[in-house]
Amino acid sequence: MTYAAISSPSTPRRVPAGRLAVYAVVLAIGLALAFAPFLFPDVRAQEVAARICIFIVLVASYDLLIGYTGIVSFAHTMFFGLGAYGTAIALKAMGPSFTAILVGGGAGLVATLVLALLIGLLSLRVKAIFFAMVTLAAASVMLVLASQLSDYTGGEDGITYQIPRAFAPAFKLFEDGDGKVARLFGVPLNGRIAAYYFVFLTSLALFLFMLRVVASPLGSVLKAIRENEMRAEAIGYKVVAYRTAVFCLAALIAALAGILRAVWLKYAGPDVVLSFHIMIDILLMVVIGGMGTMVGAVIGVVVMTLAQFYLKDLMQIGADATAGVPVVHQLLEPDRWLLWLGVIFILLVYFFPAGIAGTLMNKEWRR
Amino acid sequence: MGSLDRIGGVYLLPVILALIAFVFIGQPSSWATLTVAGLSMGMMIFLMASGLSLIFGLMDVLNFGHSAFVSFGAFIAATVLAALGGWLVADSAFLNIAALFAAIGAATAFGAVAGWAFERVIVKPVYKDHLRQILITMGALIVAEQLILAIWGGVPIQVQRPAILTGSIILGDVSIEIYRVFAFLLGLAVYVGLYLVLNRTRLGLLIRAGVENREMVEALGFRIDRLFVGVFMAGSALAAMGGSMWAGYQGLITPAIGGELMILVFIVVIIGGLGSIQGSLLGAILVGLMANYVAFLAPKLSLASNMLLMMAILLWRPYGLKPAAKG
Amino acid sequence: MTAILRLDDVHTDIGQYHVLHGVSFDVPEGGVHVLLGRNGAGKTTTLRTVMGLWRARKGAIVFRHHDITAMRTPDIARLGIAYVPENMGIFGGLTVEENMRLASASGEFDKDRLARIFSIFPAMQKFWTNQAYALSGGQKQMLAISRAIIEKRDLILIDEPTKGLAPSIIRNMIDAFREIGTETTILLVEQNFHFAKALGRGVGVIEDGRIVHKGQMADLAADADLQTRLLSLTAEAH
Repeated sequence: MTYAAISSPSTPRRVPAGRLAVYAVVLAIGLALAFAPFLFPDVRAQEVAARICIFIVLVASYDLLIGYTGIVSFAHTMFFGLGAYGTAIALKAMGPSFTAILVGGGAGLVATLVLALLIGLLSLRVKAIFFAMVTLAAASVMLVLASQLSDYTGGEDGITYQIPRAFAPAFKLFEDGDGKVARLFGVPLNGRIAAYYFVFLTSLALFLFMLRVVASPLGSVLKAIRENEMRAEAIGYKVVAYRTAVFCLAALIAALAGILRAVWLKYAGPDVVLSFHIMIDILLMVVIGGMGTMVGAVIGVVVMTLAQFYLKDLMQIGADATAGVPVVHQLLEPDRWLLWLGVIFILLVYFFPAGIAGTLMNKEWRR
Repeated sequence: MGSLDRIGGVYLLPVILALIAFVFIGQPSSWATLTVAGLSMGMMIFLMASGLSLIFGLMDVLNFGHSAFVSFGAFIAATVLAALGGWLVADSAFLNIAALFAAIGAATAFGAVAGWAFERVIVKPVYKDHLRQILITMGALIVAEQLILAIWGGVPIQVQRPAILTGSIILGDVSIEIYRVFAFLLGLAVYVGLYLVLNRTRLGLLIRAGVENREMVEALGFRIDRLFVGVFMAGSALAAMGGSMWAGYQGLITPAIGGELMILVFIVVIIGGLGSIQGSLLGAILVGLMANYVAFLAPKLSLASNMLLMMAILLWRPYGLKPAAKG
Repeated sequence: MTAILRLDDVHTDIGQYHVLHGVSFDVPEGGVHVLLGRNGAGKTTTLRTVMGLWRARKGAIVFRHHDITAMRTPDIARLGIAYVPENMGIFGGLTVEENMRLASASGEFDKDRLARIFSIFPAMQKFWTNQAYALSGGQKQMLAISRAIIEKRDLILIDEPTKGLAPSIIRNMIDAFREIGTETTILLVEQNFHFAKALGRGVGVIEDGRIVHKGQMADLAADADLQTRLLSLTAEAH
């Protein structure tokens, strides 16, 4: 039956106020990140800012899959890790140079593309659920491989290495009259600033590119496939080809984010680029922010990052207050923060499947 | 294909795998030990996989939280065994076995009850919505793992085996662990039981029909939601039973146990085809054998080899070896 | 004459689409009644709404004296309504016998009924122990109908039984429905007017989710103008 012929779909209501608020918040976050080195000069805040930049790219690329295409993949950290490990191994082996980043990152991207194509063509033909399982299995195997092939990956300990001198704190980006590093608003313009802006600008470019993708005709096709796969197929879209293409694209962007992470951290190991916890973080971020919104990625990453700090503090207070109570005390220990985040996650998926951005923008949740 | 079907079809694959492994391993005694180990490991994984597969087949729900039942099963069994420590070392076969069955029984009963709650609270609101199903069951898995950490802590726990099941039987120069034989027999008994229920009873008829076409089963006047709860409870109970067996097999368990096994379980149901008990058994035996042979030949490639096996089978049959018929 | 089934201003939405816009009709007790309409007019949706497989947003559905609008599908079925969906709903992995056994409330067979079904559809006896997926399209339809009548039902809802069947099998079906219609009420949804004409006592025509004509089949069959006006869009199904 062709229901489309029977009646027109109801148009979703739009609330400009919520939409404006979301854009305002995202803009504020963008500005804060753009001037982070000057606004929050301490080292720790810069680490957080760089992590937020990279995760926005990672989560937005995941949203291309889950929100815009309706594909659930658990292999996103695998691609993130491929980019990071490629860069890390090359930097370790070839020494700190931009050539090494290019070669290693390039190798990571090629490996990503090959694996994504293989997985996509093998299993995107069948049910979404099947695909989720295959990617989960693939990602786990990659995790085990990374810890077992310790000659190359450093195993559980990971790899530490030097990055190009231009990104090192000792490097003087600008010199003042005395040959010392120049300062702007009291902040030294050293290699660390250069590295931060390398991360920030690359992330910004990738994020804008993804915004462009979802606004393009490709974005509309993806939406059509997500809403009604059979009809999209009937209209003549090659559903598998489109899905595989998006899967590859998202994987490549994740790998690029991995390269950024490796360059920024001077370290690559399972905990920071490959572990399943990162995958869970991504999932939480995309759902909390709002699937299928892109700007939701920005909000989700920031909220989760803040929550990881403050939820723990809050729980510490709770744990101290209930020190004598046996079970409650254990449940409120700061180490159990993921428990509560998990509960919040489940409640969100039930009651606000559109996430923060989606709910504020009053985007209709459709499967 | 035709000739392969005539001599047993895809059921021949484990035999072929065993023969190939024999050539590579070369020593009959090692090969025999590994084969027994593979079969018993396969049977334990079958316990976990069959529930997942059946739940998926009937309800179209893939429970990513399934491994939580495995973990809980393992930890509950370990706790019961520790509490009945006196029985385990007693010089009475009856007390030994009673302690073990108490442990397995407690784990299985917990699986059934927790499965009931899980279905009602977590899964029921998101039937027919795969995306949210995956997300919610994943969220439930996170919560369950954290609960295990909160209750039992992050330290590995020692699991005692009953005295009568420790040690090995020596046949010629082949040594076979008794516990493995027991695990194999228990798995086999469960398989036979499942097979009989599915093929000889009206309940089984209903489940098989429900796997094919849920709507028609309802239109014939059956409450499919009651069937769902029942199958979900049974599947979760089987997972917990598998976990309890696995705890005794490993001797040392950590909260990561469920997550580690889940990968194998997923590979098994993907290989076997979702929704079929025979497929799960076939997949589990293949995976168990593969894991043990490769662990002997090239230890580092054990898990990767099963991944490759899965990829190869997906290339050959995208829906697995024995998928349930979908009407 | 009392109505066995009454639909009163039934509205049904599927997802975001409004498919039924206030369907009202009565099905009198006994005989074969036909709901005609082209593809997408809302025929299947009407039957599925009666079975509770889709929920009416507005309106009421009454079967005998039970308001079944909000009842669960299994409870509706247990009131004595059988449903043969467009895809026939055969369990292919089950044998013909198992398919029938599932439809019988006790799990046992009434020998006389079974004998009668075998006389109407001899193929059922022939393939009794075969798996149903191996049956031909026509045999699957026969099995679907046999399954609906293995128990005494008050009302049978059948969705396009002639779809994809060869003319000789359709003639066979006409005879079968005539016979079944003597003991129970059948509501048939069809595009094939010739098939409907041969069987129907009452007829309704549905178009864009509304009933546009109600009456006796004999009147419609005799009135060529009315047929053209109502059914021009179903001409391809003649």
